[in-house]
Amino acid sequence: MRTKIETNNVHLHYGDFHALKGINMQIPERTVTALIGPSGCGKSSYLRLFNRMNDLIDGVRIDGKILIDNTDIYAIPQSEVDRLRRKVGMVFQKPNPFPKTIFENVAYGLRVNGLKDKKLIEGQVEKALRQAALWEEVKDKLKKSAFELSGGQQQRLCIARAMAIEPSILLMDEPASALDPISTGKIEELIYELKSNFTIIIVTHNMQQASRVSDYTGFFLLGELIEFDETKKIFRNPEKQQTENYITGRFG
Amino acid sequence: MISFPTQVDRKKRFHQAIAFWIARIISYSILLILFFILFFILKRGIGVINWEFLTAMPSDGMTKGGILPAIVGTLYLVLMSMVIAFPVGVLSGIYVNEYAKEGAIKQFVKMMTNNLAGVPSIVFGLFGMALFVNRLGFGASILAGSLTLALLALPLIIRTTEESLKAVDDTFRHASYALGAGKLRTIRKVVLPIAFPNIITGLILGIGRVSGETAPILFTVAAYFLPKLPHSVFDQAMALPYHLYVISTSGTNIQASRPIAYGTAVILILIVLGMNLLANFVRSHYSRKVKMK
Amino acid sequence: MGRLVERSAEGLIKACGFASALIVLLIVFFLFKEGISFLNSSPVEDHYALFVHSGNPVTQLDEGQIKDLFDKKITNWNQLTNYEYPVVLLTAGDLERLFTPEQLGKNLEYLNACVAHYIDTVPGTLAYFSERQLGLSPAIRIVPVPNISLWKFLSGRQWFPTAQPAAIMGTLPLILGTLLVSLLAILIALPLGLAAAIYLAEIADPRMRNILKPVIELLSGIPSVVYGFFGLVVIVPFIQNLFGLPVGETALAGSFLLAIMALPTIITVSEDAIRTCPIAVKEASLALGASHWQTIFRVILPYASSGITAAAILGIGRAVGETMAVLMVTGNAALMPTSLTQPVRTIPATIAAELGEASFGGLHFKALFALGCLLFLITLVTNLLVERTTSKSRKS
Repeated sequence: MRTKIETNNVHLHYGDFHALKGINMQIPERTVTALIGPSGCGKSSYLRLFNRMNDLIDGVRIDGKILIDNTDIYAIPQSEVDRLRRKVGMVFQKPNPFPKTIFENVAYGLRVNGLKDKKLIEGQVEKALRQAALWEEVKDKLKKSAFELSGGQQQRLCIARAMAIEPSILLMDEPASALDPISTGKIEELIYELKSNFTIIIVTHNMQQASRVSDYTGFFLLGELIEFDETKKIFRNPEKQQTENYITGRFG
Repeated sequence: MISFPTQVDRKKRFHQAIAFWIARIISYSILLILFFILFFILKRGIGVINWEFLTAMPSDGMTKGGILPAIVGTLYLVLMSMVIAFPVGVLSGIYVNEYAKEGAIKQFVKMMTNNLAGVPSIVFGLFGMALFVNRLGFGASILAGSLTLALLALPLIIRTTEESLKAVDDTFRHASYALGAGKLRTIRKVVLPIAFPNIITGLILGIGRVSGETAPILFTVAAYFLPKLPHSVFDQAMALPYHLYVISTSGTNIQASRPIAYGTAVILILIVLGMNLLANFVRSHYSRKVKMK
Repeated sequence: MGRLVERSAEGLIKACGFASALIVLLIVFFLFKEGISFLNSSPVEDHYALFVHSGNPVTQLDEGQIKDLFDKKITNWNQLTNYEYPVVLLTAGDLERLFTPEQLGKNLEYLNACVAHYIDTVPGTLAYFSERQLGLSPAIRIVPVPNISLWKFLSGRQWFPTAQPAAIMGTLPLILGTLLVSLLAILIALPLGLAAAIYLAEIADPRMRNILKPVIELLSGIPSVVYGFFGLVVIVPFIQNLFGLPVGETALAGSFLLAIMALPTIITVSEDAIRTCPIAVKEASLALGASHWQTIFRVILPYASSGITAAAILGIGRAVGETMAVLMVTGNAALMPTSLTQPVRTIPATIAAELGEASFGGLHFKALFALGCLLFLITLVTNLLVERTTSKSRKS
C-alpha cells in the first residue's frame, strides 16, 4: 500500500508548551487510522497539523516534516494552503453546520472554491449526501435550515460537506462524541464505507470505537506517540506497558 | 473527479486583500474623525481656559467673563443627583442580585430597569417637569433637576452594582454562611467590600454621564443667564451643558461668545475624559491588588 | 434590637428594588395622564368658540380650515360650502374699530347685541369670541369644531401648536422628520460600524485593538451637547458650502452627526455579535479551503446577523430619542420633509424647543406630553425588538 501521510520527527510548541514531541508516523492510503490517548495528550493537535489548522493559533511553532503525497505541506507557501485544505477534509467534534440551508451547507466548499456551474454543484451535493447516507432523509427539505436536523443528521451533513469537494483525506476529531449511540453507530458504518475512497484519520476517546472502525491505531501520551501499529495488534497484544494500561482502562 | 478553477486561490486572496483594506481604512477613518472632533474643540478651547474663565461671572451678554455659575450649578447637580441615585441604585442592585428570587419578580424588576435605561433623556425631562417641578411644587430648581438626573443615572448604577455583585464568587458567600453569619452581614462584611471598587466605577461613570446631560435639565433647573451662585436647592441654576447649548445657539451675540463656547465644551470633554480615566484607574488598580493577593 | 435593625435594613433594600422598578411605571403614568387628556379635547381654547350667521350652512370647521380662514387663504364661504358671501373676520381686536364705547357699554354689556347686529348685517362674518361674552341669539350660531382625534394627531401634516383661534397639531412632519434623520443616520453608520467591528473582531492585531476599544468607549461618553456644538461649527457650514445652501442646518447635517454618535454603540454591539460565532464553525469554513474573508462574509456575518440587527435597532432607538445634538443642527422647521438638504424637526427637538414656552396644563403643553408618549412608545418597541432578536440568537 502506498504511504499517504508521513510525519518525520514532528515537534509542536504552543508558546512555552511542548505539545508534540518528535512524532514519526506513516499512514497508508485508503485506511482508517485511529488516534487514541487521554485528554491533552496531543492527538487533536497532531490531527490539526495535516490541514494546517494550527496556523490560526498565535505563538505556535512546528518543527519536523509532514509529507502528504510526498509533498512537505509546511514548505508550501501560504497561498497554497487553500489547495491543501481542499485535499484534506475535516469533521469536528460537535456538529457545526453553517447558518444556511442544508443544500448550501454542502455546496459551500464548491462555491468558495470558485465553482459556479449549477448542474455540477447539484450533482456534487447529491453525491456527497448519498455518500454520507443522508440523502434519503433530506432530499425533500434541501432548502430548510441545517439547524432543523437532529444532532446525528447534522454531523452526517458535516461529513457530506467535507466530502463534497472530493478530498482524498478525511480528518475526524472525535466525530461521535456529542452523539447518541444510534447516531454513533451510523457514523461508524459510514466511516467503514468511506474507507474505500478516502484516507481517514479519526481521533477518539472511545476504545471500542477505535477497535471497531480502524485499521491502524496510534496511542499518544503527554505529547509522545507511545505506539503505532495495526489496530488488531494494539488491542490484542500491545508492545508497551502504558498502551496496555490505557486500553484496559487502568488510567485516563 | 471535480476540478477547481486554476486561478481561484489567487482571486480569493485578492478579494480578501481588498476587503481587509477597506475594513482597515474605514476603522482608521472612524478613529480619525473621532480624534478630529476632540482635537478641533480642544485646540480652540484650551487657550480660553484660565483662572478668570473658571472663577468669574459671565458678563457682556455672556460674550465675556467666565462660567463660574455654570460650573457651580453642574457641581451641585452632580453631587445631589449622586447622593440620591447612588444609595438607591446600590440597594436596588443588591436587591436584584442577592434578594430577589429567580422568577417573575426578578424578571419584572430587571425588565423595568432595562426599559428605564432605554428611555430618552428628554422624556426624563418631561417627567421631571410634570412631577417635581409642578406636581410636587419644587419649581425649576436644583432639587427638581437633581431628582430628574438621579432617575436617569439610576439604571446605570443598578446595572454596575448588579454586575459587580454577580462577579463575586459564591464561595465567599458560602464561607461566610458557614461561619454563622447571616445574609445581611455576609453582604455587608464580605460581598460588598469585594464588589466595592467595581461599584465605585459605576458611580464615576454615572458622574460623567450626569454632568453632560442637557435635555433633562432644560425645564427642571436650567437658567438661561443667572450671574449669581445658588443659595439653596430651591434656586434655579446655570449648568455647563445647558450653558454650552445656550451660548452656541441663542446668545445675544453668538459669534462673540464662540470662545466661551469652545472653553465650555473643553471643560465638558475633560470631565468625561477624567471620569473615564479615573474609572479605568480604579478598575486596573483593583484588579492588580486582587492578583497580588 | 440588632434583629430590628437587620429587618429594617432588608426592608429598605427591598423597598429600593421595587421603587426602582416602579419608576418606569410612574413615568408612563405621568406622561400618559397629560398626553392622553390631550386627545378628544377641542383645538379651540377653552370657553372660546366661533360664531357665524345663522343662515350660513357650514356644518363644521376643522383647525386647518380655520387657519386658512384667518390667514385669508379662504376669502369666500363658497370655497367651503354653498354660501355666496365673502368672509369677514371679527375678533375682540376689531371691536374698537367698529363700535363706540357707548355702543358697547361700560362693562361690554351690549357686546352681545352689537355683535349680533353686526353678524346679522354682514352675513359672511366669522367671529371668534369667548362664549361667556357672546351668548346666543337668533341671528348667530356656533360652528362646531371637531375634537382632536388620535388619527388627526398622527396623520396631520401641519404643526402650528400656537395658531389662533385653533391650534393645528398634526405630528406627521415631526414623525417623518424623526424617522428620516434617524434612519439615514443608521444607514450611514451601520456599514461603517460593521466594517470597524469586523476589523476589531477578526482582522486587527491585539495591539491596535487595545488602542481602538478605549477610544470608542470614551466617545460614547461625550455629551450630546458637545457633539451638537461640533456639528454646529463644523458639519453645518460644511454642508452649507458643499451644496450651496442658504442654511446648513438640514436633515443631512442631523443624520451625519447622529451617525457619528451612533458609531460607538453599533461597533460595540456588532463586535460582540461577531464574537459569538463558535470557533469550530469558523474553522469548518477554513478547512474547506475558504479564505478568511469568505469565512467572515459567508459564515460569520450570517451567524451574527441577529446581533447585528439588534445593534441597528438599538442605534435607531438611540437616534430617535437623541435631543440636543439634533436640536442644534437640523434647523427645526416643522415642515413635511421633502429633501435631505432642507431643515427638519424631530419629536425630541420639538419637545425641547417648545415646552419652555407652553403654558402649564394648556393644550400645547399636553400635546408635547403626547409627543413624549409617542417617543416613549417608540423606544419601548425598539427595546422589545432588541430583546427579542438577541434572545432568538441566544437560542440558536
